[in-house]
Amino acid sequence: MANSFAGVDFYDADGLLSEEERAVRDTVRAWVDEHLMPVIGDAYIKGEFPRQLIPGMAELGVLGANLPEEYGCAGLNNVAYGLIMQELERGDSGIRSFASVQGALVMYPIYTFGTEEQKKYWLPRLATGKDIGCFGLTEPDYGSNPGGMITTARETKDGWLLNGAKMWITNGSQATVSIIWAKTGAIDDTRSIRGFIVPSTTKGYTAKDQKGKLSLRASDTSEIVLQDCLVPKDAILPKSGGIKSPLMCLTQARYGIAWGGIGAAMACFDEALSYSKNRVMFGKPIGQTQLQQSRLAEMLTEITKAQLLTLQLGRLKDKGTMTPDQVSLAKRNNINMACEAAREARRLLGANGILVEYHSMRHMANLESVYTYEGTHDMHTLILGQAVTGLSAF
Amino acid sequence: MANAFAFAESRGGELRKVAFESVSAARQAADATGGGEVHALLVGAPGIGGKAAALGRAGADVVVVVEHAGLERYSPEVYAATAAERIRAGGYRVAFFTASAEGRDLAPRVAAALDVSMASDLTAFAIEGDALVGQHPTHIGKIITTVRLAGTPAVVTLRPGAVTVVEAARTPRVEQAAPALDPAAARVVVTAIGAKGDAQLDLADAPVVVAGGRGLREAANFALVEALAAAFGNAAVGATRAVTDDGWRDPSTQIGQTGRTVSPALYVAVGISGAVQHLAGMRTSKTIVAINKDKDAPIFKVADYGIVGDLFEVVPRLTEEVRKARASQ
Amino acid sequence: MKIAVCIKRVPDMDLRFAIGAGGKALDPAGLKYDIADFDGYAVEVGLRLVEQQGPGEVVVVSVGPTAVQETLRKALGMGADRAIQLSAEDVPFDGMAIARALAAELKDGGYDLVLFGRMATDSANQTVGPMTAHLMGVPCVSAVSKLDIAGGGGTAERQLEGASEKVEFPLPAVVTIDEGVARPRLPSLKGIMAAKKKPLEVKPAQLGEARLTVQSIALPPDRPPGRIVGEGADAVPELVRLLQTEAKVL
Repeated sequence: MANSFAGVDFYDADGLLSEEERAVRDTVRAWVDEHLMPVIGDAYIKGEFPRQLIPGMAELGVLGANLPEEYGCAGLNNVAYGLIMQELERGDSGIRSFASVQGALVMYPIYTFGTEEQKKYWLPRLATGKDIGCFGLTEPDYGSNPGGMITTARETKDGWLLNGAKMWITNGSQATVSIIWAKTGAIDDTRSIRGFIVPSTTKGYTAKDQKGKLSLRASDTSEIVLQDCLVPKDAILPKSGGIKSPLMCLTQARYGIAWGGIGAAMACFDEALSYSKNRVMFGKPIGQTQLQQSRLAEMLTEITKAQLLTLQLGRLKDKGTMTPDQVSLAKRNNINMACEAAREARRLLGANGILVEYHSMRHMANLESVYTYEGTHDMHTLILGQAVTGLSAF
Repeated sequence: MANAFAFAESRGGELRKVAFESVSAARQAADATGGGEVHALLVGAPGIGGKAAALGRAGADVVVVVEHAGLERYSPEVYAATAAERIRAGGYRVAFFTASAEGRDLAPRVAAALDVSMASDLTAFAIEGDALVGQHPTHIGKIITTVRLAGTPAVVTLRPGAVTVVEAARTPRVEQAAPALDPAAARVVVTAIGAKGDAQLDLADAPVVVAGGRGLREAANFALVEALAAAFGNAAVGATRAVTDDGWRDPSTQIGQTGRTVSPALYVAVGISGAVQHLAGMRTSKTIVAINKDKDAPIFKVADYGIVGDLFEVVPRLTEEVRKARASQ
Repeated sequence: MKIAVCIKRVPDMDLRFAIGAGGKALDPAGLKYDIADFDGYAVEVGLRLVEQQGPGEVVVVSVGPTAVQETLRKALGMGADRAIQLSAEDVPFDGMAIARALAAELKDGGYDLVLFGRMATDSANQTVGPMTAHLMGVPCVSAVSKLDIAGGGGTAERQLEGASEKVEFPLPAVVTIDEGVARPRLPSLKGIMAAKKKPLEVKPAQLGEARLTVQSIALPPDRPPGRIVGEGADAVPELVRLLQTEAKVL
């Protein structure tokens, strides 16, 4: 296939992967080349998530890929899952966000906190893309402090009555089902936070796209309003309880996002490298100038560091010893370095770098959202600070 | 002093150009190994024998003609059995076929029937002692492999166009023979051969190839490429995989890694970026011209001459200038 | 339907090649490998035939060292049912040797169809399919661009120079696949996981003597650098002049 992406691997990270992990990475990489790259520029400009790709993604098996086969999922290990996220984000952060939400923020909580009936019903449907899910945690006034949420769930004889508003919800407007986090007790009681499975057709549930985004344009970002939204008793995720539950989901998503940052950085580096060899100015390729080589060396170094760091994180996750703080380090590092790589690549590309047919500026804009969501860079800084000093600076 | 065998390919009762190439190669091989005879095999429907004498032009001493009503079209099993039988009986040092569509199907069957190995798609060869050494482009043309073929007979297919036919006016002895297999008994039956389009020059035969790619924007714009080809008068029209995948052009006109490989005197790439897979199919063209609006397009790295510009302006102008140039010749 | 597909592991043709130390093989540094293009089409054809006309099984076979197991597993990941590695430390360049090994393995396998890619993109000899068919004693149709199988037989189309040929043949048969028949599916993630559990048998390859060998390899001579004649339609007269006087092709 013309223009197929070859990846970046300066330290033979490939040699640290198993044959399956490489095969998973290669298949998603090829899928992105064949199906996503031809449409993403247009989708980004139009501000539309390319929904026509959902069946293909589902068939490939990327949704909830690290959940067990018995629920219709691929049953991959976490390194393979990470590589999927890496390759999807190499295409676009919006597409990876879709997969992250579906897998880590919808399928994972149902798998972890749900009843066997809920798992058997929802997981296969979400894996095949028959249902699209979204994760309702963040609120207009409660972003970095999700425990402060004011969405409530009151138990009535007919079920749970939900009231509140959620914002910045990826997949929100196209989701057929939502995982809504709400307080069942006092408004300041974070221990009373529980998760609820809310089909989007439920009376009292509305979702509306947020307009005017300059980042993550090929992604649906929505507000959700719950107005006396009544769901049956069995809509609750029984094993959920406290702020810890949604945070566990976020840890899953952040893990995948850390890998995603590598993908975006690789895309920008690859584009910058190729351009620098072909673009001739003052009689020589710009790749022969010190300033551009400095940019490329920096990007390469950061990508290589991130690859090895994140691979170890994946091995720890598969071993069962990974901690949320470890994920914070990786997410913070990888997204920050990806932001810089994208910006420097954009600059290397000169005037051409502002056009959508080049990818770096789209990645640059997207990565600002990724820097901010799933725990802002600053929040992860404080998580690490507290982890090592024992002192909270929040 | 051994004899050399050549398969003379024909279609529809006419000798194909490659027939002369394999005969000429046999002539060169025979001369290089002490001057034996060149025996050509010509198979077809009754009447094909009338073309036998023409093979003398390329140096055939004997032409074995196998005519049968059931051989109006290529019949792989009959041709293979017949060729194998003649080669076995003749004790030839070398047996030449061409790597045409038919030859690439036929020669391996013959080699297997003779229980010998064969060398494919050679662009040059020489007999060195009891081995035949040849040049064979491999790895989509990125590598030239020098192969060594041991054993007798050395069965070879030659790349079409690689052998320059050397005139050698001979009057061959014509012998009649029967097919080694009754055509009615063949399991594989060619039921029809349909010419493609009008009598356009095929990519393999055309001295000039004009090819179009994505830069043309839509299928209808291939009319520009066709007009330029027509202006040259002896050009065939090719396409990149991108546009054949999109259904703009017939897949059989795809030039590239998994398509056709062409080596014309002149190759004009219109609106083609020059991806590696495409270059694989045309990089051995003698002269390459590229027209593309992107001056950093990889095609300019292999082109001998390039024009950076809007093909919708450049190509019509080029068509006009080519017409004028040819008219004044 | 019982279908065998013979596949070859070849280097990724997109990469820049360098000549290895002995001058007979590529420098292995940086090479990546995959199923040869046309062989991928053949696997896809086999899978579709069983899907559309099932039940049946697709068996993939490859000659070579342990490394080919990864390639066989990719085909298993696409959906093939089982794999056979005919073990040989080096893959001979001689198609006749490969054909011998394949024929020995396949001839008593009861296959309705044995599929090959038209040719391997690295060695580009285009001989193994018809040779194997001859050794198996079954009919062969090579380089098909269209293929239909029904009722114990098949029809195919082959591209000739400036024409196309329609062919009919009975099963069992050997068919080699050209461009235009099918694009290979990507192995799904479930497929990749399932591939690990599918049977992969290793047997010695009965190659016999290889009489076509590689004496040396070389990079083709560089084309002399070309030049941009000019910009836009105004550059055309100069181009035509150069084609006439310098390149002498007009």
